[in-house]
Amino acid sequence: METYSLLREFADSWMLLVLFLFFTAVVVWAFRPGSRGVHDQTAAIPFRNEDRPAQPEEARNK
Amino acid sequence: MSNYLKLVVLGLITLFAMIAANYARDLAYQVHALIVMLVAGGLFLWTLRNTDEPAPRQEAGLTYMDGVIRYGVTATAFWGVVGFLVGVVIAFQLAFPELNFAALEGYGNFGRLRPLHTSAVIFAFGGNALIATSFYVVQRTSAARLWGGNLAWFVFWGYQLFIVLAATGYLLGGTQSKEYAEPEWYVDLWLTLVWVAYLAVFLGTIVKRKEPHIYVANWFYLAFIVTIAMLHIVNNLSIPVSIFGSKSVQVFSGVQDAMVQWWYGHNAVGFFLTAGFLGMMYYFVPKQAGRPVYSYKLSIIHFWALIFLYIWAGPHHLHYTALPDWASTLGMVFSVILWMPSWGGMINGLMTLSGAWDKLRTDPVIRMMVISIGFYGMSTFEGPMMSIRAVNSLSHYTDWTIGHVHSGALGWNGMITFGALYFLVPKLWNRERLYSLSLVSWHFWLATIGIVLYAASMWVTGIMEGLMWREVDANGFLVNSFADTVAAKFPMYVVRGLGGVMFLAGALIMCYNLWMTVRRSPAVEAGQAAAHATPAE
Repeated sequence: METYSLLREFADSWMLLVLFLFFTAVVVWAFRPGSRGVHDQTAAIPFRNEDRPAQPEEARNK
Repeated sequence: MSNYLKLVVLGLITLFAMIAANYARDLAYQVHALIVMLVAGGLFLWTLRNTDEPAPRQEAGLTYMDGVIRYGVTATAFWGVVGFLVGVVIAFQLAFPELNFAALEGYGNFGRLRPLHTSAVIFAFGGNALIATSFYVVQRTSAARLWGGNLAWFVFWGYQLFIVLAATGYLLGGTQSKEYAEPEWYVDLWLTLVWVAYLAVFLGTIVKRKEPHIYVANWFYLAFIVTIAMLHIVNNLSIPVSIFGSKSVQVFSGVQDAMVQWWYGHNAVGFFLTAGFLGMMYYFVPKQAGRPVYSYKLSIIHFWALIFLYIWAGPHHLHYTALPDWASTLGMVFSVILWMPSWGGMINGLMTLSGAWDKLRTDPVIRMMVISIGFYGMSTFEGPMMSIRAVNSLSHYTDWTIGHVHSGALGWNGMITFGALYFLVPKLWNRERLYSLSLVSWHFWLATIGIVLYAASMWVTGIMEGLMWREVDANGFLVNSFADTVAAKFPMYVVRGLGGVMFLAGALIMCYNLWMTVRRSPAVEAGQAAAHATPAE
């Protein structure tokens, strides 16, 4: 089989399946039970450490 | 010790640039060789004077690296004005062809100035905005100083050199004739080097972050940096004719070349002008509104859906060409699906204001950010619609496309960047507030009305021209000549030019306001600054 047909067949079968499953897994992962706390914590990142980097001792207290 | 190595390298570059300027086969290459010679020679002298001097005290780790961001903010405002100005000039050149002055023929005519305008606004204005804001955001959201020390300065100055080489190259005719990728091979190589350094600085900062999670804005910035690197390299695969000339030959040819070009071209829109600027949105809108993003889950899905879909949308630029039908159908289908994550992101940005809508009345900066998200929503609805083959047969090659691009670029990219600049300047120069909020309102209205004039006139002229092109009489003969359509477009071209003048005037007001903020606004008092610095919990 020529390279074009081979790649074409691979792309619209297995690769499509892999990408679709990956994407579905991302959505499921985002909505997993117990993720709310993590997401609230992450969404609040812009409101911390605005003026200077986290200092070593502060980082340890986290 | 490293300075001796630098001196050797800079000396060799200067020497080679001298030789190259001597043997140059064309003007663009010669001028570029001279520019490189001056830059490398100047850096040589500067390094020499600083060699074996006592090193300045390093306070690495204790503060954020903001010097390079201040330069980036200044460069953004400067290149923005330059790009808008060239845009206004070429808009009036289209309306009044006499403005293609005979004396400037070959340098200052529309064909030479048009790529100067597109690259100046996309890569110089937009690129500097992205680099500066990404450096700001990645430090704050990682709670870590930029990685790599002076590498960030190399990224900034290296990128400015790229802009200067690209801009002078266009005027002197050094172009590989690929839309939005016009610079020739050696400029492309230089940008690759700068971009790898940019990736290293950004990724290095994320790796040494003190926060356990990577904030969503950084995901968008990282997708932008990585994808642009890939697109840039593949689309610029070319073989130089001579090492002493700017001309090069593309590796791909025919329809493959067209497909690679629009795979690049559309993903430049998708990852440079969308993903990168969404990174801005996800940081600056929550900051200015004082509330976290509406839904973090939605932002995760927005990210993955956007990058999974955008990469396939390019073929919609090649409807009714030699490209196989299945490929252009694929591009069309993915473009239409792309509407969903785009509007998901728009809703996420807008709803961040829920509970703080009153700020729209009092804070013109947040108004600017909100209208930019509004324009994002409008142009990401218009785009999928125009990618449908039947609509495209009317809209393609007409001014409708130009109107669409500008509602996205002026409305979405421009306005969110202005919002970010208004946010950043008081922070970076340690000022309590902006110099004048009423000037921000002036900027807001001038820019908004300017965009409305621009987009509306381009809709009218684009659809009119598309209909005139396809109009046939009872015997099947075309009714209009091409020159008829050009003549019919004149009033709309004048309106478009005026819209551009208003947008430019708004940007000049912004520059004045930011300048006065730095010069006149009261500084944040020391005690207050300390109170701001809340420890990480």
